[in-house]
Amino acid sequence: MSNVLKKIYIALIFIFLYAPMAVLIVLSFNASKSRSKWGGFTFKWYAKLLSDSDIMEALGTTLLLAVLSSLIATFIGTIAAIAIMSFKKGMRTMLLGITNIPMLNAEIVTGISLMLLFIFFNIKFGFTTILLAHITFNIPYVILSVMPRIKQLNPSAYEAAMDLGASPFKAFMKVVFPDILPGVFSGLLMAFTMSIDDFIITHFTKGAGVDTLSTKIYSQVRKGIDPKMYALSSVIFITVLILLILVNMLPGSKSKAKKAK
Amino acid sequence: MKNRFVKWLSLPYVIWAIGFIIIPLIMVFYYGLTDKSGHLTFYNVANITLPVHFKALIIALLLSLISTVICLLLSYPLAMILANMNSSGNNKLMILVFVLPMWMNFLLRTLAWQTLLENEGVINTILTFLHLPTLKIINTPYAIVFGMIYNFLPFMVLPIYNVLCKIDKNLLNAARDLGANEVQTFFKVTLPLSIPGIISGITMVFVPALTTFVISDLLGGSKILLIGNVIEQEFTLNSNWHLGSGLSIVLMLFIIISMIATAIFDKDGEGSAL
Repeated sequence: MSNVLKKIYIALIFIFLYAPMAVLIVLSFNASKSRSKWGGFTFKWYAKLLSDSDIMEALGTTLLLAVLSSLIATFIGTIAAIAIMSFKKGMRTMLLGITNIPMLNAEIVTGISLMLLFIFFNIKFGFTTILLAHITFNIPYVILSVMPRIKQLNPSAYEAAMDLGASPFKAFMKVVFPDILPGVFSGLLMAFTMSIDDFIITHFTKGAGVDTLSTKIYSQVRKGIDPKMYALSSVIFITVLILLILVNMLPGSKSKAKKAK
Repeated sequence: MKNRFVKWLSLPYVIWAIGFIIIPLIMVFYYGLTDKSGHLTFYNVANITLPVHFKALIIALLLSLISTVICLLLSYPLAMILANMNSSGNNKLMILVFVLPMWMNFLLRTLAWQTLLENEGVINTILTFLHLPTLKIINTPYAIVFGMIYNFLPFMVLPIYNVLCKIDKNLLNAARDLGANEVQTFFKVTLPLSIPGIISGITMVFVPALTTFVISDLLGGSKILLIGNVIEQEFTLNSNWHLGSGLSIVLMLFIIISMIATAIFDKDGEGSAL
């Protein structure tokens, strides 16, 4: 394949992936409420965004869920990954197999299985049930991104720290933890993203009255999407884009990024 | 780190996994294999043979297979080009470019395709302007396939890309030194070595495509029911958890088959997207 053809191919896929982004950003400036009619340019959806208590509440719920579920999942997942590596092969394979279930299983099955659990044990659907569900699907992402870092650890460093008089806890914090930190961090980031973007599992585990941005958007599909949603998602998208560009341009970030892989 | 204490660190996760992974799956089987009064029955599972349900399963299988094949055909050349750009240094950025769309809400992204694909939509306006024949695909199975490819393409690109990057360049050079041409090198070296990534990509596209209810809802005009839509409606509209679970058990058979395929071909998790 010649270089020109390669570039055209990448460009076509790029257009395919980013066309919807462009549509949503254009719609966020559309004065008409209709999805398919252009009614002139406006900033009003952005201006009205902050005063829309419904959307702000959904945004708050979404962020709170993402922060709590990713932090809790990172804690449980990191210590689990450390422990899993210390098990013998058979036990380790079994635990990793179970870890793979939520990742490979269909989201709808994970969603309904948790819904049935809450129904069976008469747990009231609400914020807590969504949080429990999000932690559940987040833990595997953390374990799978911390595991490779632990495999690379040099066990004698930890033993040396103990020989030199450090307590097991101190040896862990000073020797092991800094080494696995990049893995912990990328697991946290992954979990956070997955929680923000989730719709299907939230759909089955949420109760009446609690809404994340995703479930709010889904409830608007039939009657037409509130254009403020386009404004909000454009803001989120541009923010992430700028953050990514900054992170990639920071001096020295390149080698770190490579290590995190 | 061989002391006993370390093993205890897995306790919170083991409890969590039993409570929120294992027991919920047992629940699916419990509800799927019992009736409302709690008696054992195969009625719910057998319901898949009902024409409505069977048709939904067949359409879902068909559309997800087509989407998976197209995803594979689109992704492989792309992953190859990206993997070859390895040396130019900006490949990390390229990968980010393909993951970035995931940061915009998945429902909105899919809805945006309505605006693009509609009969009076953006694409048709451009086609009319260029005096080309227009597309009439919104609210048809084609639109659903389109949505599946759009949403799941990155899941195919990333595992294949990961595997291709790990191929030792010396192997390719050796093949050429031994007289193989580009095509032979590809079929004898590159392709066989990338099988774990392909299998992993196929699973990661096929399973969500087979089980989706959102994409068919948003782009199929709610006229086309996939098996995912049927199950979703049994749970949220009809509150018939027994039937919904019974049909999910059938669905899980297909998921398990693709999981086993992954386990056989991808022993070390080389092809995982992480």
